[in-house]
Amino acid sequence: MTDVQASALETAGGCDPALAEQLMSDLCFSRRASERCWNLQRQGRMTLVAPLTGQEAAVCGVLRGLDLATDWVVPYYRELLGLGALGDDLFETVVAFWRGHPDGSRIPDGVRCLPPQIALGAQLPHAAGLAWGLQLREEPGIVVAFTGDGATSQGDFYEALNLAGTRRLPLVVVVINNGWAISTPSAHQTAAESFAAKGTAVGIPGVIVDGNDVLAVVDAARAARARAASGAGPTILELRTYRMGAHTTSDDPTRYVPPEELAAWAERDPITRFRAQLAAAGQWDEARQQAVDAAVEARLERIVDAALARPLDPSATLDHLQATRSTRLSSQRDELRERVSRA
Amino acid sequence: MTSSSMLAAIRDTLFDEMDRDERVVLFGEDVGQNGGVFRVTDGLLDKFGDGRVFDVPLAESAIAGAAVGLSIAGLVPIAEIQFGGFTMQAYHQIVGQLARMRYRSRGRFHCPVTIRAPYGGGVRTPELHADSVEAPYVHTPGLKVVVPSNAADAKGLLASAIRDPDPVLFFEPIPCYRTVSEVPDGEHLVPLGQAALVREPGDAVVITWGAMVPVVLAAADALAETRGATVGVVDLRTLSPLDIDMLVRVTEATGRVVVVHEAPLTAGVGAEVVATIQEQAFWSLQAPVARVAGYDVPSPAALVEDWVRPDVARVVAAVEGVLNA
Repeated sequence: MTDVQASALETAGGCDPALAEQLMSDLCFSRRASERCWNLQRQGRMTLVAPLTGQEAAVCGVLRGLDLATDWVVPYYRELLGLGALGDDLFETVVAFWRGHPDGSRIPDGVRCLPPQIALGAQLPHAAGLAWGLQLREEPGIVVAFTGDGATSQGDFYEALNLAGTRRLPLVVVVINNGWAISTPSAHQTAAESFAAKGTAVGIPGVIVDGNDVLAVVDAARAARARAASGAGPTILELRTYRMGAHTTSDDPTRYVPPEELAAWAERDPITRFRAQLAAAGQWDEARQQAVDAAVEARLERIVDAALARPLDPSATLDHLQATRSTRLSSQRDELRERVSRA
Repeated sequence: MTSSSMLAAIRDTLFDEMDRDERVVLFGEDVGQNGGVFRVTDGLLDKFGDGRVFDVPLAESAIAGAAVGLSIAGLVPIAEIQFGGFTMQAYHQIVGQLARMRYRSRGRFHCPVTIRAPYGGGVRTPELHADSVEAPYVHTPGLKVVVPSNAADAKGLLASAIRDPDPVLFFEPIPCYRTVSEVPDGEHLVPLGQAALVREPGDAVVITWGAMVPVVLAAADALAETRGATVGVVDLRTLSPLDIDMLVRVTEATGRVVVVHEAPLTAGVGAEVVATIQEQAFWSLQAPVARVAGYDVPSPAALVEDWVRPDVARVVAAVEGVLNA
């Protein structure tokens, strides 16, 4: 296990300009998406939203460390608003998901991403199985699965990693340690010295990274990806960050989050920090920021408008259960269609 | 036709289907070198190698969950859970994940998974090995639940299950493993969702499945001998989806129906069978539909299991009850 590292790119004093712009765009897009969706929920136009505010570097950094043409992303739900790198169609699906639309779990064709997972930890055996399938079929990609610190307490976390270790699967498990599982602090999740250390029990290396340093996250993701793709096996990446807000729109974090802790983490905001890093290297200025902000707003409005305008057909609710419909489900579907047509 | 035990018919079908489709992979606990604790998978590792037959860590949730991921990668997984009772340790992956991946993803992903599990009492196993756990899975949208009772059906149903594009739980009644019967040669497919009329109904009909089929047949023989009654026997074979047409047909033919299952009575699959019959064939009934089932306790210790599983005497008594009503 390696300890918290400064970014190699940061210490080198600069960053590939194209990557810098891409990352800044991803981070700002994700931040604005969380804010916008939160507001839409408060207006009654979305059902529930889990914002990513404060954790954007962890998610966006990992995605830019992958080969998105071949690699699979297995999310749970918090990181959904950080998946802008997977394209507009996918992101429109994410917004529809938080709107409560049934097709919000319908990942667009060609996008290598599993549907959002609500049962925490349950996505990890799927990720291991998918990685196993890629290995058996000798396909080039790897699988990156996201989980929170809370879900590392689940049996599925251990079972999936244990299986992945025995077969040296091309898998990276990203543990986003944001300090909280709803109201339960990380210290109450485990007596292990870190979440990365849980890999020791299954023979998998764990790496701890400053999850608010987007360049460090990109580096670590690239290294773990290379290891997985080489056949050396899985890695746990523990990304340390902080949930700068509520668990979801249904949560009131003032009941349990110490204000001084929140204030301390606000000083380490990943976007402010990246901007400062780039500015110090002479790679960022106000004009660049304004251009990114304008592009982000235009993209987000286009996507949100599409998601809110998606038609909703309740009579499709009974579709897609199985390839063929039982006679009983067919008659239930007829009944529902008739009720919908009369409504 | 060839004489075969149900166990050998299942094994032969695994060979056939793995030969037929190279996407089929098989895994579970002790299924490789050991050939499974009942030897159902004996020889598969030798023939197909360690690229298609795998022993995996002792973790049922990971077995079911990995099957989801393998499906999405384009493979056709056959997973063995060592005993039906152990599916409880995979319950949330089976019910909360495997069963609904097609529905959740609105058709983008589907899981052509077959989960095989030996199950049921009668062979003096320890706790949890003998449970009949079909009911919660029949209650789960998105799962098909199949229970063969003889070698020919085991062959035909297992081939259909493996080729089915959706998840199938294939419960193998342990007491039927060694029973030998005739099996059709070559390709033999039994469609999922079709019950078998094992014996034509006359005065009454008994609806059952799995290891209760031979018990019910023995009861029907006894009733023919003692009172000359013609008692029909339906082997449901597939519990989800139910063959509703068959339930209605045999009820209309006799008006006197008994349902027999090994699982506990309360909210067992028998309750669904009875409810369906009263909804769709109530006016044909000549007597209340009777149920004979396991008592409402967990599968008990080996030395007392015969007192809890339905036996010939209890089935005979129930059929006499509906005949005398």
